[in-house]
Amino acid sequence: MSGSSAISVTAGAVYQHGTQHSEAMVADLARRAYEYRTHVLRMVYGRRSGHIGGAFSCAEILTALYFHHLRIDPEKPAWSDRDRLVFSKGHACAMLYTVLAHRGFFPVEELPTFRGLDSRLQGHPEPQKTPGVEVAAGPLGHGVAIAAGMALAARMDGSKRKIYAILGDGELNSGVIWEGMMTAAKYALDNLTVIVDYNGVQQTGTTRHVMPTEPIADKWAAFNWHVIEIHGHNMAQILDALDRADEIHGRPVVIIARTTKGKGVSFMENQPAWHGGIPDNAQFETALAELNEGAKAWTT
Amino acid sequence: MDDLIRNPLGNPSPMRKAYGEALVELGHARQDLVVLSADVQSSDFSYMFEAKFPERFINVGIAEPALVDVAVGLANSGKVPIANTFAFLFATRALEMVRTHLAFAGANVKLAGAYGGLSDSFDGPTHQTISDFAIFRSLPNMTIVVPADPLAVRKLLPQVAAWDGPVYFRLCRNEVPEVFSDRYEPKIGEGVTLMDGDDATVIACGIMVARAVEAARLLANQDIRLRVVEMHTIKPLDSELVVRCAEETGVIVTAEEHSIIGGLGGAVAECLAERLPVPLERVGVKDTYAESGPYSDLLEKYGMGVDAILAAVHRALARKQSSSSHATSEVY
Repeated sequence: MSGSSAISVTAGAVYQHGTQHSEAMVADLARRAYEYRTHVLRMVYGRRSGHIGGAFSCAEILTALYFHHLRIDPEKPAWSDRDRLVFSKGHACAMLYTVLAHRGFFPVEELPTFRGLDSRLQGHPEPQKTPGVEVAAGPLGHGVAIAAGMALAARMDGSKRKIYAILGDGELNSGVIWEGMMTAAKYALDNLTVIVDYNGVQQTGTTRHVMPTEPIADKWAAFNWHVIEIHGHNMAQILDALDRADEIHGRPVVIIARTTKGKGVSFMENQPAWHGGIPDNAQFETALAELNEGAKAWTT
Repeated sequence: MDDLIRNPLGNPSPMRKAYGEALVELGHARQDLVVLSADVQSSDFSYMFEAKFPERFINVGIAEPALVDVAVGLANSGKVPIANTFAFLFATRALEMVRTHLAFAGANVKLAGAYGGLSDSFDGPTHQTISDFAIFRSLPNMTIVVPADPLAVRKLLPQVAAWDGPVYFRLCRNEVPEVFSDRYEPKIGEGVTLMDGDDATVIACGIMVARAVEAARLLANQDIRLRVVEMHTIKPLDSELVVRCAEETGVIVTAEEHSIIGGLGGAVAECLAERLPVPLERVGVKDTYAESGPYSDLLEKYGMGVDAILAAVHRALARKQSSSSHATSEVY
């Protein structure tokens, strides 16, 4: 499946790691990110519980990773040399579950059980229950240090597997993030790429208001990380950044992805209330229509 | 049974050194073993492993939450990490990491809690650890193991590494009497009856085991036959053995270098209250913080001397006496 010419662009296709970034592929992945948002909307609306805003802001990032960049095999979730993704912003797991289901880790039909009794899709990620989930998350701040441990293990094993972690920007308030940053830099973990879903909004307000973190790129650089800044809803930029990160040697890489909380639904965008807000019936219909429009814009 | 322990007890021997040597031995035996420290390897003696296996040693600096989380990443990648820092830091500063990733999510990380109990005696109460058993015991899926002497460290550490799931291994900073003979073969989850007796049972862990043995030998001179049980595994508790001792000796005394709340004494009290209520006396720190000072003086002052065990046994026996005479008067 490697190489660009043999790829037919169909819904649900997996573009193997290294596939050239054709316009058709980029458009297909961008469209799917909107489709996955509709699943998240239905899951949270159906359960009257969950976190939409931060799930929507990482839709493109997760889609790019799971359908192009990660070397994984849903048939062999415990394959020891698989790439690892640490999903640190656990509250946004409705999007992680949606992407994992579409990638083949479990049936898409299972998504509506999200947050229900006896479901494998817990309120926050639980690795023993959900195929494809690597670590527990929910309490924020763990991602960098755990990913650093995974990257150290890969190096000890002489494995080429790569470790990724997706953080929220509110999560950067937590001290253990910075502890993990220092450890990863100390050990020069160039097999580690962290992606910050920098949507600028956390539970009670903007990150600028709650706990100012700018200049965030300078901070990571000062901690001896290689910094790449991108537009986090631009699929082509995400794919390019992931490729560039693979070429950096001697330092861990952070991709600061500038995103919009609630991306794709006009009344949710940049509104702290949609961190954990639940749409009413009219809002659900409006949101669904807007997301379908968003997907349609990428349909060729 | 008596041949499991030395008579007299052996000379004081440093537990830290035994731990460092046991780590090195285990490092040879297990290629998947990784040792981490929050920059206290010169305190807990994991520096001995660092010197031998630098490529499998990680110092995360003074950052206990990262210490546990980095270990989680290693464990999830098939390594067997042993994280090292002071016991109180695992039980307090890094507790959320332990709860979420070890106890809840099952990461196969081993925590070696250095300087347990009052053993960091001169550094004072900020560095002493009297609540770790209680804290970790309340977490589902945690296993708590407490070696009583250097030989126990050597015998138990490989079992800790081989145990399926997270383990908290609580160590003493100081020299401790050598209690066990070479015939001692502990197994995680099973208490060990060290001395038989049918008047009362003392169930002890850690450095209190040596003191319980001393107490039993003194009581033998008064014709009181004290059973001594070593409970090196605080959780899962060998409750069958606890109940059997209650049945056969009628009273129980617990002895631990920990608060009397929530640790070994708490676990035994819960077990007995539900299954076989008998008089119970708990020897340990009486819900207070200690102070700086020489280790043995602190243990005496804060209620963990041999005298404290003797007094507890006598109180327990008096309660047994009064409850049996009470029962007699009801019958007749």
